[in-house]
Amino acid sequence: MSKVAEMPSDSEADITAARLRPEQYAENFSDMLPPLDRNRAITEASRCLFCYDAPCIEACPTSINIPIFIGKIATDNARGAATTILSSNIMGGSCARVCPVEELCEQACVRNTQSGQPIKIGQLQRYATDHLFSSKNPQIFQRKPATGKKIAIVGAGPAGLSCAHGLAREGHQVVIFEARPKAGGLNEYGIAAYKVIGNFAQKEVDFILSIGGIDIHYGQALGKQITLGQLRKEYDAVFLGMGMGGVNALGIESENLKGVESAVDYIERLRQEKDLATLPVGRRVIVIGGGNTAIDIAVQTKKLGAEYVTIVYRRGAEEMSATDHEQEFAQTSGVLIKHWAQPRRLIGHQGQVTGMEFEYTQLDQNGKLMGTGDTFTLPADTVFKAIGQTFVATPLQESGRDILQLTKKGRIAVNEDGQTSLQGVWAGGDCTEGQDLTVAAVEGGKVAAIAIDRALKEKKNG
Amino acid sequence: MADLTCRIAGVTSPNPFWLASAPPTDKEYNVVRAFEAGWGGVVWKTLGEDGPPVVNVSSRYGAISYNGTRMAGLNNIELITDRPLDVNLKEIARVKKNWPDRALIVSLMVPCDEQSWQEILKRVETTGCDGVELNFGCPHGMSERGMGSAVGQVPEYIQNVTTWCKKHTKMPVFVKLTPNITNILLPARAAVNGGADAVSLINTINSITSVNLDLMAPEPVVNGIGAHGGYCGPAVKPIALCMVGEIARDPECKNIPISGIGGITTWRDAAEFIALGAGSVQVCTAAMHHGFQIVNDMKDGLSNWMDEKGYKTLDDFRGRAVKNYKNWQDLDMNYDIKAVIDHDKCIQCGLCYIACEDTSHQAIKAERKGLDRIYAVVDEDCIGCNLCMLVCPVDTCITMKRVDNGKPYLTWPNDPRNPAHKKTG
Repeated sequence: MSKVAEMPSDSEADITAARLRPEQYAENFSDMLPPLDRNRAITEASRCLFCYDAPCIEACPTSINIPIFIGKIATDNARGAATTILSSNIMGGSCARVCPVEELCEQACVRNTQSGQPIKIGQLQRYATDHLFSSKNPQIFQRKPATGKKIAIVGAGPAGLSCAHGLAREGHQVVIFEARPKAGGLNEYGIAAYKVIGNFAQKEVDFILSIGGIDIHYGQALGKQITLGQLRKEYDAVFLGMGMGGVNALGIESENLKGVESAVDYIERLRQEKDLATLPVGRRVIVIGGGNTAIDIAVQTKKLGAEYVTIVYRRGAEEMSATDHEQEFAQTSGVLIKHWAQPRRLIGHQGQVTGMEFEYTQLDQNGKLMGTGDTFTLPADTVFKAIGQTFVATPLQESGRDILQLTKKGRIAVNEDGQTSLQGVWAGGDCTEGQDLTVAAVEGGKVAAIAIDRALKEKKNG
Repeated sequence: MADLTCRIAGVTSPNPFWLASAPPTDKEYNVVRAFEAGWGGVVWKTLGEDGPPVVNVSSRYGAISYNGTRMAGLNNIELITDRPLDVNLKEIARVKKNWPDRALIVSLMVPCDEQSWQEILKRVETTGCDGVELNFGCPHGMSERGMGSAVGQVPEYIQNVTTWCKKHTKMPVFVKLTPNITNILLPARAAVNGGADAVSLINTINSITSVNLDLMAPEPVVNGIGAHGGYCGPAVKPIALCMVGEIARDPECKNIPISGIGGITTWRDAAEFIALGAGSVQVCTAAMHHGFQIVNDMKDGLSNWMDEKGYKTLDDFRGRAVKNYKNWQDLDMNYDIKAVIDHDKCIQCGLCYIACEDTSHQAIKAERKGLDRIYAVVDEDCIGCNLCMLVCPVDTCITMKRVDNGKPYLTWPNDPRNPAHKKTG
């Protein structure tokens, strides 16, 4: 066909479901990185040098003792390996799948320098945790005798669940208030489907809850069904782990055109959709942004059958917050990444977006980003905004005033224990400042659980 | 290009790489494939007397995997050939006729009486083979019938049988020794005294490679139970080298030619055996692991190394390490070396540090500069043991440098700290 050289442009929006043959959906949304079998896992584990003061441990936000767990895999003690992992990171299963390991543990691996190839730490972690979860008796933790203390947690995402598990292990009673109908947070609603196949997020939640002492109340949003003041009164401590509720706007005209969508919202629909063939997807898709959400929406729409998917990012490849590995994955999945261009205006026809005009960008002499004045236009049926999420503080306000201190960037301010400016209130995960990673949220919840437990014991003893 | 021609006990082969008497040399089919691949010789799998059946069981092998490496050690419970004697003899004659330039030695094991040996030698001689190897080493099965290592563990039996064989054949006689004995020199000297033309060693070592923890039986498990087998492969090389060296330097062994066996996997292993006095080398496990093609690199690698060193023939370096193989008391008590860590090569794994800190002399300091880990040797505390160098995963990152302390070569007998010296002095 000769039309491939030029992107077709017409005013009829081409957004439709069932672009693929039914079996293609299963194939496209299968495991992005198939699991290691026992033999491969043992062989890979045997490559580990078992470093002293291992740099990988330091690079892991949850400080998993990586050489120890890998050593256990090498001796065919996968259950022991999973115990080591989950003792530091209760969501080690999902982190094994979604962590940007190439920027964390695997980047720190000394094997990079020694042989140019790090140990596949993420895949080994998945092997160990999968082994445990599929075993007859996956419970490796024991809940201590009940303390009679009750803690409220807002948000059943990685931070909240991690905090809940840490507290439940210590014998405290935990109630989680979750606005959505399911637990798991971004693992359930936000991560690309091919990274967590087979309903893994819910299986992991079930494992976490199986310790006992954790109740989840669904459909309970802070500032709506519940208030912080009320939780503080009724519970011995409160942990806030509600993540980021808002999506950044493009800040240009016509953002309300039909077809201009939030990437986060679309991914959420995709993740909850049982039959992907019923999910409408545009033929020509533009994604604005440079993070992993931009990659995730671009690759997933491509996998749903979109013909042209272009990520447009205002700076170069190195400045993208999506890792090199993610960028490469998008490119080999057929996504075009257009660097050094910024949105100028949306083009619409009868209320429906039909394209977008961009301006080329460059750095000025002072290193500041500037438009060159030259423009180009891409036709589009759908434009996805993936330029970051924001923490929405309004549910925490009382009478229109913030009752706890926020950082300059507008997130909840916490100390190294996750304690907020309010007595008895801790916070962690994306609603606080940090790396905005699942693994960082798990650590935030873990650290807070330790601090809360200590505070409650001190209170009792004092 | 170096000349790899090998001459040992009157037997010549185009290269020193022989296949040991074992499953790979049980039949004409295998041996021809080996010669096609370029092996210099074979020792045909042990023939027994005509008559009493030899039965082999299933399974026959157990192995050690180490750190992802398979068959680091291999154990077998196979007996001598279970094929009829005349079939073997016909094949041997045909192979020798078709491959006249290759060494073809025939391994033998018959009951411990003169007549049995006389009879088998007569029949083997008709094949035109280059020599015989007396199997006094097999540690399982045949030893229970009073043969194999049951003979090899009693020096006077070795001497008797060797004497009979020398009496009844003109073929060169190789005596294969078992390592399942406290002092290898006793059977070696017995072979020399019996008139052996060469000794071959080591045969396999008594072993249980592993215990099957589900069946609670040693591997390889034969219908619920296991027996000890003979251990070989890379894991046994150090033991074999030591025994070869012992014989090579023993005056009573009178420079008897040695066919070295035990874990030889590469040309480098072969060069080491030859440097310690071996004439030819025999290989089995490496071939069983990777097939006969491995001989290509063995020949090529040995030849390249010899060219690099300026050795034109095997004799140019044969036995060169023997004079440097001494007992501990002859070592220099004043020799002093210290570890040096090359920080440009260091990958910061910390293995040197923790090895020294936990298990040696606390002579490596660990420091942090930001994310960097800096490991440095404390010279005053370093006793030059090599451990850090050995655990370091980077070649030449840790080296041992000699410290010139100005002290003379001092052996233990001359060392004033030696209590025996004090008494006599």
